[in-house]
Amino acid sequence: MELMLEVKSLAFSYGNRPIFENVSFSLKKGEIMCILGPNGAGKSTLIKCIAGILKPDNGSVFIQGKDTVSLGVRGIARNIGYVPQQNEVVFPFTVLDFVVMGRAPHLSMFASPGAEDIKLAKESLAMVGISDLAERPVAKLSGGQSQMVLIARALVQKPALLLLDEPTSHLDFGNQILVLETVQKLASLGMSIVMNTHMPDHAFLLGDRAAALSGGRLVAVGKVETVVTSKMMSSVYGVNVAIREIEDMKRKVCLPLRR
Amino acid sequence: MFDYKFNRTTLVYLLPIALLIISLFVGRYQTPLSAVVDESISTFSSFFFGTPASISTQHTVLFNVRLPRILAALLVGAALSISGASFQGIFRNPLVSPYILGVGSGAGFGACLAILLWNNYLIIQLMAFAFGLLAMFIAISMGKVSKGTGTLVFVLSGIIVSSIFTALTSLAKYVADPYDQLPAIVFWLMGSLATVRYGDLLYILLPIFIGTLVLFLFRWRINILSLGDEEAKALGMDVEKMRLVIIVCATLVTSAAVSVSGVIGWVGLVVPHISRMIVGPNYSRLLPMSMVIGASFMLVVDDLSRTIVATEIPLGILTSLVGAPVFAYLIKKGRMGWN
Repeated sequence: MELMLEVKSLAFSYGNRPIFENVSFSLKKGEIMCILGPNGAGKSTLIKCIAGILKPDNGSVFIQGKDTVSLGVRGIARNIGYVPQQNEVVFPFTVLDFVVMGRAPHLSMFASPGAEDIKLAKESLAMVGISDLAERPVAKLSGGQSQMVLIARALVQKPALLLLDEPTSHLDFGNQILVLETVQKLASLGMSIVMNTHMPDHAFLLGDRAAALSGGRLVAVGKVETVVTSKMMSSVYGVNVAIREIEDMKRKVCLPLRR
Repeated sequence: MFDYKFNRTTLVYLLPIALLIISLFVGRYQTPLSAVVDESISTFSSFFFGTPASISTQHTVLFNVRLPRILAALLVGAALSISGASFQGIFRNPLVSPYILGVGSGAGFGACLAILLWNNYLIIQLMAFAFGLLAMFIAISMGKVSKGTGTLVFVLSGIIVSSIFTALTSLAKYVADPYDQLPAIVFWLMGSLATVRYGDLLYILLPIFIGTLVLFLFRWRINILSLGDEEAKALGMDVEKMRLVIIVCATLVTSAAVSVSGVIGWVGLVVPHISRMIVGPNYSRLLPMSMVIGASFMLVVDDLSRTIVATEIPLGILTSLVGAPVFAYLIKKGRMGWN
């Protein structure tokens, strides 16, 4: 299968404080990669480095075989969609106005979006199931709704790779599952996805690939079953964890153990 | 929403033209409708067909005193408002005014210095313009020297530059001749369009036109800058470069306006809010609406300033006296157009 993303020995530091180094992994078309790790391990930083928002000290990111450095900001934005954890809009744009902004990397500098761009925005709203919110102000939405709006905006970029930074972190139980289902749907349509999550169980639910970032290194990467093990999770999060197979659901779960 | 609809919002765009015509009649010298029509016809015919121009008092009042002043009010109002709206967008803050980077204080000091040293009308304008731009360049270079080039650094640099130029202006007032120069300085700082002639309009037209054109072309991109640096980058925007272009253009426009009118507060801060209540926060529609509302607002205020009492009331005083209650009323109505 086509190789979509290649991250080669990436390193980043804030001033003198190294965040991570020697991070390498790759992702094929339609694959989902869940990045796990404790708070402050650098998961968000890693995503931002891949998205070209932060400049890594070392290493390189290839998207469909092309070095992102040579693509430039606009080129990266045409290939990679970035969904931030939360957005703080100062001005209450309508959902449609907001989602259309995802067309920015495809429009010439002086252009405003036209009918075709509006159509694409409406399509991606429909894709994530929030067409009815189109005229609502972004700031008045619930956590789940605004996460979907952010995903819709990234989809309008028509990216080959979607990066999500803890998309479920502020959501209730139902909305978490809704976001995961959306992610799975997008992957089945051929989009590659890298997603940070603080719930190891989400990696099982998505059932594809996983990586664990801890102590500035990628300590494990591969199939979910090989990464999310009780030994690995216990060492990454510093608490005792059990992995159990639920027979009738035919999937594994990751549960904390009582001390 | 992007398609053209003839509604009340569209009508607002005709407001400046209507106000221009009405304002020709307004003033202490009475000009009946017939006189305005006669003079307009004779002026047009002298302009287009070379017939001898009217030299009546009415002609002078209408076309050499009122019209340049009306045009200046429209231009200055539009300029301050488009630059205020743009600054609010890129600084992601609805409380930002065109003077955020110290442009007002810089221009004020430039004018004071010119009044002290030369007291020539043209040099005062030129110095105000130049020092407005200088203030911006100092603020920008301070903002760039520090490593985090976020908007906060620019705001702080603006405060620093502003306070330095304000202190220098106070110094200029302190050493000024109290019978001659000091009143001139005080009057300039409060803002006025009383002395505007066609020549002044010509000087400021080019910088205002260039700045406005660029801001207008980039207006949709200001939306994206208002999302914050990281998101704008993720959407493929060269944030630093784009922000710089918008700062330079907005400052160019403000400095040019201030150089003829003096420092006029409130307009650049309030008008974008009023516009947001009408067309919403999308800069594609907000920038043109801000220009129209700003031009109209300034013209009405200037009409008041030359009619309420026998002497001129400085514009800076009236914009606040008129603008502040209007703004308070709108806040009470609670449709602010921001969070």
